[in-house]
Amino acid sequence: MEAAANRPPLVYCQGLTKVYPLSGVEVHALRGVDLRVERGEMVAIMGPSGSGKSTLMHIIGCMDTQTSGSYLLDGVDVSNVPEKELAAIRNKKLGFVFQRYNLLPRATALYNVELPLFYAGITGSAAEEKARAALEQVGILHLADHLPNQMSGGQQQRVAIARAMVNDPLLILADEPTGALDTVSSAEVMGIFQKMHEERGVTVIIITHEPHIAEFCRRRVILRDGRIVGDKTFEYSNPVA
Amino acid sequence: MSVKIGVLSDFAFRALKANKLRSILTMLGIIIGVAAVILMMSIGQGAQQQVMSRINRLGTNTLTIFPGTAGQFVRSGSVNTLTLDDVEAVRQLPGVQAAAPTVRSGQLVTCGNKTWTTSITGTTPEIADISSLTLERGRFFGQAEVSGAATVAVIGQTVYTNLYTPGTNPVGTEIRIGGEAYRVIGLLQTVGASSGGSDQDDVVYIPVTTAQLRLLGITDKSINMMQVQVAGQDQMESVQQAITYLLRKRHRLNDNQEDDFTIRNMAQLQSEAQNITGILTLFLAGVAAISLIVGGIGVMNIMLVSVTERTREIGVRMALGASRQDILNQFLLEAVLLSLSGSFIGIVVGIAGSKIFSSFSGWSTVISFFSVFIAVAFALMVGIFFGYYPARQAARLKPAEALNYE
Repeated sequence: MEAAANRPPLVYCQGLTKVYPLSGVEVHALRGVDLRVERGEMVAIMGPSGSGKSTLMHIIGCMDTQTSGSYLLDGVDVSNVPEKELAAIRNKKLGFVFQRYNLLPRATALYNVELPLFYAGITGSAAEEKARAALEQVGILHLADHLPNQMSGGQQQRVAIARAMVNDPLLILADEPTGALDTVSSAEVMGIFQKMHEERGVTVIIITHEPHIAEFCRRRVILRDGRIVGDKTFEYSNPVA
Repeated sequence: MSVKIGVLSDFAFRALKANKLRSILTMLGIIIGVAAVILMMSIGQGAQQQVMSRINRLGTNTLTIFPGTAGQFVRSGSVNTLTLDDVEAVRQLPGVQAAAPTVRSGQLVTCGNKTWTTSITGTTPEIADISSLTLERGRFFGQAEVSGAATVAVIGQTVYTNLYTPGTNPVGTEIRIGGEAYRVIGLLQTVGASSGGSDQDDVVYIPVTTAQLRLLGITDKSINMMQVQVAGQDQMESVQQAITYLLRKRHRLNDNQEDDFTIRNMAQLQSEAQNITGILTLFLAGVAAISLIVGGIGVMNIMLVSVTERTREIGVRMALGASRQDILNQFLLEAVLLSLSGSFIGIVVGIAGSKIFSSFSGWSTVISFFSVFIAVAFALMVGIFFGYYPARQAARLKPAEALNYE
């Protein structure tokens, strides 16, 4: 943590707002968000639906741009970065995990995990090796040749986490990663996030509306009506189930 | 950092494989289009080749001169403005290699107890060169036999088969034409049908003088036709002008009088025929190209559906690091892959169709590399053109919106 202190924060938002023009009416999804996430943190962003958490995640994930305010990712103001480099940033620095896994349905687990590598220009046996290592880390190497519909929800989400991790990102962004899973699978998936965080030092931001999922993270940020209304760091997080 | 074309092709191929039936149905439009272009061009080019080979057989550096004004329907013998003396005068012109008169008449020919009605052509030995006649047996008559109005004949293959038992040698035998006996001195090799479809082997050649004096009783030396072989293709125009000038002078025509003869230029005929058959080929290919365009619209339709259906996938790919260019390239490649594989199947179908067509209709068809190239290039263009719009739609999606698309 000492070394990290000299470097810019990984995520640094100041006065972030987002306004959607929706059929004549302006929808204020974010109304001035200040958020600073250091390297190596594991943060839960909580809030009811409509609180702007997905919008925040999209901006942090370089998938959308803010209306006003500033956002620096790893010290870089991404609002000035051309689209092509933005794609490279998403590919190299970020890893996404979605509620509904979003795996390519007709591709094997292995191919799904290889996909970000292909966009990084890594192909062939080099890609396969990395993808297999990532699958092994999430404990489902034996399912490498399975199609998504041959796997349980928990297993599919593990493939998605392997896919997010395969390019060694700085930051994992997970949008309701347990939203479609039962309690046991949820705990397992959260356990994997914790393991990645602890063993590989990756920064994790998890968006959820379930308090018991947030408890797996030491820092919990609460978002309501586009504003941060709570930001606490706890001594301990829920241990791996 | 753009993704390599090999990887993108793999993406595109997987996407097409995922929707096999749809991909095949989409390809069908391209298959039919390409096959139609190839088939139609093969028919057009076949017709062109056939017409050209027939014209070439007549000799491309040949001028044919008929008595009578251009356009006027001339019954044999009804106009007698062209004579043997005209032929003799034309023969002296520079650039004229050979000139031969023709006096033609349908006659009953008898040999023993067999008879056959055929076309008797009175001419001079030059005709053998001009019409590229080759002899299977015997010889052609010479200048002396023309001067002496000898009763000798050279017969064609059709005449031979109708008058003789196969295997017998006709040379030296006698046939009777118009009640008079002629000695057969030569048998011609098979020539085949003419451009007009008439049997060019159904002919008997006799000296022109014999035909005029003994057979038809023509005393004014008039002839039905004159064929002139010009020394070179490039001299056709100048020789034609020289002949026109010469004949007008010989026939004593004023400036305000029309020509009393007609010159048919084989080179002109050839280039006109080439133009006409070329237009025919273009027309056929154009009609076929319309079906290719319709096929292209099918590709565009399916690609648009595919982009809408796969909006979420596009969002995910963008989240994983696909740039807009990567997305555009992938969808463009899908359209191109559809068109290319469709056109390869189309080539096979088109070639097979053209073979089947020619074997059923008896028309000759020509598959040229050019027509295959044109068809594939056009299909590729159609694929890129109609694939670009859907691909651009895909690439324009905003990642966050695409991800949330239901």
